[in-house]
Amino acid sequence: MAEPIIDAIDVSKSYGDKLILDQVSMSVHQGDVVCLLGPSGAGKTTFLRCLNHLEQPSSGAVFLDGELLGYRRAKDNLVELSAVEVAKQRQRIGMVFQQFNLFPHMTVLENIIEAPTKVKGVSKSDATDRARELLDSVGLLEKLHERPERLSGGQQQRVAIVRALAMEPEVILFDEPTSALDPEFVGEVLDVMLSLANRGTTMVIVTHEIGFARKVSARAVFMDQGKVLEEGSVEDLTDNPQFERTRDFFGKVL
Amino acid sequence: MSVTESTPVLRDERRELASLTVRAHTATGRYAAAAVATILVGLLAWSFAINEAVGWADVRSYLFNPRILQGVVVTIEITVVALAVGFSSGLLIALMRLSKSPVLRSIGVVWVWFFRAVPVLVVLIVANNLSLLYPDLGIGIPGGPMLFGIETQSVITPFLAAVIAFGANEGAYDAEIFRSSIRSVPKGQSEAAQALGMSPRLSFVRIVLPQAMRVAVPPLSNNTINMLKGTSLVSYIGVADLLYTSQSIYSQNFKVIPLLMVACLWYLAMVSVLTVGQSLLERRLLNGSRRSRGDLTLQKELFNHG
Repeated sequence: MAEPIIDAIDVSKSYGDKLILDQVSMSVHQGDVVCLLGPSGAGKTTFLRCLNHLEQPSSGAVFLDGELLGYRRAKDNLVELSAVEVAKQRQRIGMVFQQFNLFPHMTVLENIIEAPTKVKGVSKSDATDRARELLDSVGLLEKLHERPERLSGGQQQRVAIVRALAMEPEVILFDEPTSALDPEFVGEVLDVMLSLANRGTTMVIVTHEIGFARKVSARAVFMDQGKVLEEGSVEDLTDNPQFERTRDFFGKVL
Repeated sequence: MSVTESTPVLRDERRELASLTVRAHTATGRYAAAAVATILVGLLAWSFAINEAVGWADVRSYLFNPRILQGVVVTIEITVVALAVGFSSGLLIALMRLSKSPVLRSIGVVWVWFFRAVPVLVVLIVANNLSLLYPDLGIGIPGGPMLFGIETQSVITPFLAAVIAFGANEGAYDAEIFRSSIRSVPKGQSEAAQALGMSPRLSFVRIVLPQAMRVAVPPLSNNTINMLKGTSLVSYIGVADLLYTSQSIYSQNFKVIPLLMVACLWYLAMVSVLTVGQSLLERRLLNGSRRSRGDLTLQKELFNHG
């Protein structure tokens, strides 16, 4: 089997003596769509943030294409990489946030081309062409010169997805991308994500949208109390859960 | 009888009331207060205008006097240089105070504490007398020989002392503004920048600082205006700024009030320019969308935000 794009091994995280993640392991291969499901406080978001080192694991390791993320080995220890080195690794991992986090002092276009031009050194005209193409694909080309504040939540989140795509990442992490949206805008964001999945984009998604997970025939990972309880197809988990906790959870959300 | 019940008669009365037009009640008290205030201000202005002691002719003749203009230039020079010193040291200290290193944080705290606690006039006089504290300035080994040095008196001119004192004072206050405005930028902003692969430096310069500046500009402008006025203290150490020049002219010709009027007018003019600059800068930084607000006239801008 090919090298996984993301290989997380025994990732643990604790704040003080509170254990948030307890030895979570997961591999994501090219073209996979993985949905992290589970009750709030299960550690899904923390785990997702460990996958691009926004959160530093207390122990365990994440490998990006076989390369250790955020640390290097020094004899018997792992030593934190410099911020510049981590930034380099992060270029290969996109992220979409619950609160969109678009840059309010920039237009939509500026939001999208900022990282490609300033980080990757793509020329402004190439980056702009690409941005237009991507915006067009999510139906927002006419918003090119708008400020994010003038866009609806759904539009902002679609721009945020485009901003992540513009860096041409190998995998995109989604942290509850529809949780902050008014119900009327959830569909348009899920549609964009669905078409990404259909085009073979590798995605890891923290979500409560079981219907969406089913539709993209994602691999589902059910987390509870900082641990992976079970994983499999969405149908496996919803229709044939192995644990009481899993059954409870899906009984409530479905 | 409960409120919801109504006899046919009451019902008609209610309908009539419901059909009436609403108008604001006459603000008699407010009109009276405005009238009284207008009369008082008018009397004050009149008494001032006809007051011989003001000497309007002298004010006119000294307003563009070359020595006065030179004083205005000196005031502007001190303000501009001290502003540059203040902004850069303020930003540096703010970053120290936001640093993960407890040592850097403490140094920042002590710096801010010191320059906020000691009056700027005292700092000014100490800076001007630095040669008494350190006769020589240079690089050397503490307690050992001086490797490279120069006599303090030959470098620290009163002008430089003024720039050091006002710059350090301004820096301490600006540091607090920078610090709080940087912290006011939501964490999600720098996280989004990091997630896009931006280095901490790039994220700070391109994402965090521009948003912090939106918050920082009004209080920074306020400090700048205060400092411009505060530079009049340099007359204590004999720098020929606007106030000092006015004073030295009236100490010879005894036209005290006309020359103080001239100084007032110039300070008013300079602060007005800063105020206009502030509103333009604020508008630029706050441009939710520069293009759609192009219809706002400059005039509107000045009068709404003065």
